[in-house]
Amino acid sequence: MAKDERTTEFRLIGTRPNRPDGLDKVTGRARYGADMTLPGMLFAAVVRSPHAHARILKIDASAALALEGVKAVVTRADFPTGLTGEDWNLQENSMAGDVALYDGHAVAAVAATSRLLAEDAAKLIKVDYEVLPHVIDVDDAIRPDAPVVRTGAADHSVPAGAPPNVVKCVDFGHGDIEAGFAAADLVREQTYKTEATHQGYIEPHACVAQLGADGKGEMWVCTQGQWYIRRMCAAVLGIDASGLRVTPSEIGGGFGGKTIIFMEPLALALSRKAGGRPVKLVMSRSDVLRATGPTASASMDVKLGMTKDGKLTAAKVNFRMQGGAFLGASPVGEALSCALACYDIPAVQHDGVEVLANRPKAAAYRAPGSPMAAFAVESLLDEMCHELGLDPLDVRLKNAVHEGVKASYGPTYAKIGLVEVLEATKAHPNLLAKLGPNQGRGIASGFWFNHGGETSVSLAIGEDGTVTVSAGTPDIGGSRASLALMVAETLGIEYEAVRVNIVETGALGVNEPSHGSRATFATGKAAVEAARQAIGEMCRRAAKEWGIEEEAVVWKDGAAMPAGPNAGKFPPMTIAEIGAKMGGTGGPISGHHETNAEGVGASFGAHVVDVEVDPETGRTTILRYLVVQDAGRAIHPAYVEGQYQGGAVQGIGWALNEEYVYGANGRLQNAVFLDYRIPVASDLPMIDTVIVEVPNPGHPYGVRGVGETGITPPLPAIANAVAMATGARIRSLPLSPPKVLAAIKAKGRG
Amino acid sequence: MVKVHLWSGLRRFTDGGEVVQVQADTVGQMLDGLVAAHPGLGPVIAAGVSVSIDGVLTASRFAAVSEANEIYLIQRIKGG
Repeated sequence: MAKDERTTEFRLIGTRPNRPDGLDKVTGRARYGADMTLPGMLFAAVVRSPHAHARILKIDASAALALEGVKAVVTRADFPTGLTGEDWNLQENSMAGDVALYDGHAVAAVAATSRLLAEDAAKLIKVDYEVLPHVIDVDDAIRPDAPVVRTGAADHSVPAGAPPNVVKCVDFGHGDIEAGFAAADLVREQTYKTEATHQGYIEPHACVAQLGADGKGEMWVCTQGQWYIRRMCAAVLGIDASGLRVTPSEIGGGFGGKTIIFMEPLALALSRKAGGRPVKLVMSRSDVLRATGPTASASMDVKLGMTKDGKLTAAKVNFRMQGGAFLGASPVGEALSCALACYDIPAVQHDGVEVLANRPKAAAYRAPGSPMAAFAVESLLDEMCHELGLDPLDVRLKNAVHEGVKASYGPTYAKIGLVEVLEATKAHPNLLAKLGPNQGRGIASGFWFNHGGETSVSLAIGEDGTVTVSAGTPDIGGSRASLALMVAETLGIEYEAVRVNIVETGALGVNEPSHGSRATFATGKAAVEAARQAIGEMCRRAAKEWGIEEEAVVWKDGAAMPAGPNAGKFPPMTIAEIGAKMGGTGGPISGHHETNAEGVGASFGAHVVDVEVDPETGRTTILRYLVVQDAGRAIHPAYVEGQYQGGAVQGIGWALNEEYVYGANGRLQNAVFLDYRIPVASDLPMIDTVIVEVPNPGHPYGVRGVGETGITPPLPAIANAVAMATGARIRSLPLSPPKVLAAIKAKGRG
Repeated sequence: MVKVHLWSGLRRFTDGGEVVQVQADTVGQMLDGLVAAHPGLGPVIAAGVSVSIDGVLTASRFAAVSEANEIYLIQRIKGG
């Protein structure tokens, strides 16, 4: 929508200007993680365990170190001991200690004068293993007789006598669950399963790190959060956080998977051991898939009660999730909290466990836990609607949560927009499209909390009246454009007059990463406050110039001006005029704001997908796809639509093809994109989008955050569509052609 | 006294109570009061919890709370 097509009280908010990073990215000038090169730089390679579970008996690096050009080898012996909790988890995951816990677990790393030499040297590092029994599948891992991944890892929530790999238990709920089911006309219970998937960012992890013997160092790294990298690396290496300066590169996707460390401490440790020479470490795709954060795999039971007219009376969910070999990596708590969040149900009960398995340490992935939960709940809801002859969209509307309703996870909802989303969905022309043979339509709702978080922003007025914003949240989805729009709107200047820089850790106070759909919400909120602070100072400078009280000056259209005729008769003093004179009126003018941003607003969405299933091959083709989601306010609608489309596409991949395939030996079988199949453009139709705007009262422009909700509904929406197209209900993902074909054949036999 | 709703799994630390009353004017006082009254909650709160006041999450220990507020402790959620 062009600016002149909008009816809005805003001048810039809601327009679609060119992205500020666009030219750099299309011309190749943008610098990504692997693009940094320094004088004297070494190159690193990592030795990884070929076993899913194995005791490390001996590491012999003598042959590698004998090669000319090899400058350092590090193992766990080069890291400090005595870490606890999540710091220990991070250290252990970065470099195995006594035991390799999954296929791909790092056991040593080497730095040399070229990448090829480093890779050759890595092959010469001899590691003796004692292979141990392993467990991969979540349901296998929970069995009392399963191979024990690690002892003593469970937290306070696990009761005595639980199976050895259970490390966390969660339960919550409200209402009389038995009475709720008794009030239902139809009660159904099913079990669902989803496989682990990877975030699939196109840019692999990469960094250049330098660390001296004095504990001072620098790192250039592809990350969603430079302060998290700093804190985590400092903890793992036993150095002061302030001793490390971390600069984020451009980022080619993260989706939650670049909020933590993987190989960064190895590059720092190699640099320290190599006398402080900088070390570049770039992961291969295989390294990324084997050793960086996939999401959890899940096994889920759902029981729902519904009246004949479609009112939900009770719901019970029981989820089991594995997030690898480390406590706290699975999103079981989030999954439970999201599972029933779309619906107003009188009685709900949630139970869940986290289980260890010999797989990589799971990382956050876009609305962590919510897509799996939605797959289970929205699939069963759909089945029950069809069984009762009810319209699935009407049933969702009948049960939809709204302001004042008690959420399934406890609190009462503030202003939210699910009803508006479902009404907009119902009105969309895609629902009128006729379906042909072997075609089906699926619908599902989805939810994500969104997040505020620690945020610090600075803003400086230039001598020519242009503005520089220093932000700490890497631009992973267009936040430079949305920040520039909000600052320009607030200051009353042009979008092009604002430059947003993503800065290093020494330039601002601590910022959380660009995660939780928070960058436009939280950094935007802080940037607006920083702009308001600068406006206050500019009004004070104008008041002094005019010799009037500062309360008699207002800011309008990019200039200070007298508040009214009684304030005096002075021509507006523009931001450019104030900037040009600031050296003589008190010095630089800037604004700064730091906060742990509150007022976050949840975002709900609904997706409608039409599919066609080839009955001879089981292949599913997406014919039409509609995303409707509440943005609160779309600051830059094109980016909002991009987030909706991106979430849908990742969800399509998760639903149809993506999965971690392990062999009987516990080794990952599909650690390249040729075998781990993410959707490509030719797999997809244009993803249609509708932006619903129910402004969040907790943000100056109404922003909710839009990055994550969009991946939640695709899994069940597609499963529901495939069920309609084939008549076969498949309760495990992915809906890969062999599985769909088998289901069609089984139905035919039935 | 403010009423704090806990998730069910914390009942074991509060003698079975899912709703616990503590004397507090701020979130910080409330969290400290919970730990003082029920020491078993200490590790849970130290590990990180989110506080919902009338449906809005707050991260500030200085945020005001009163008897009139609906207060929930929920597990910390950030996202991806």
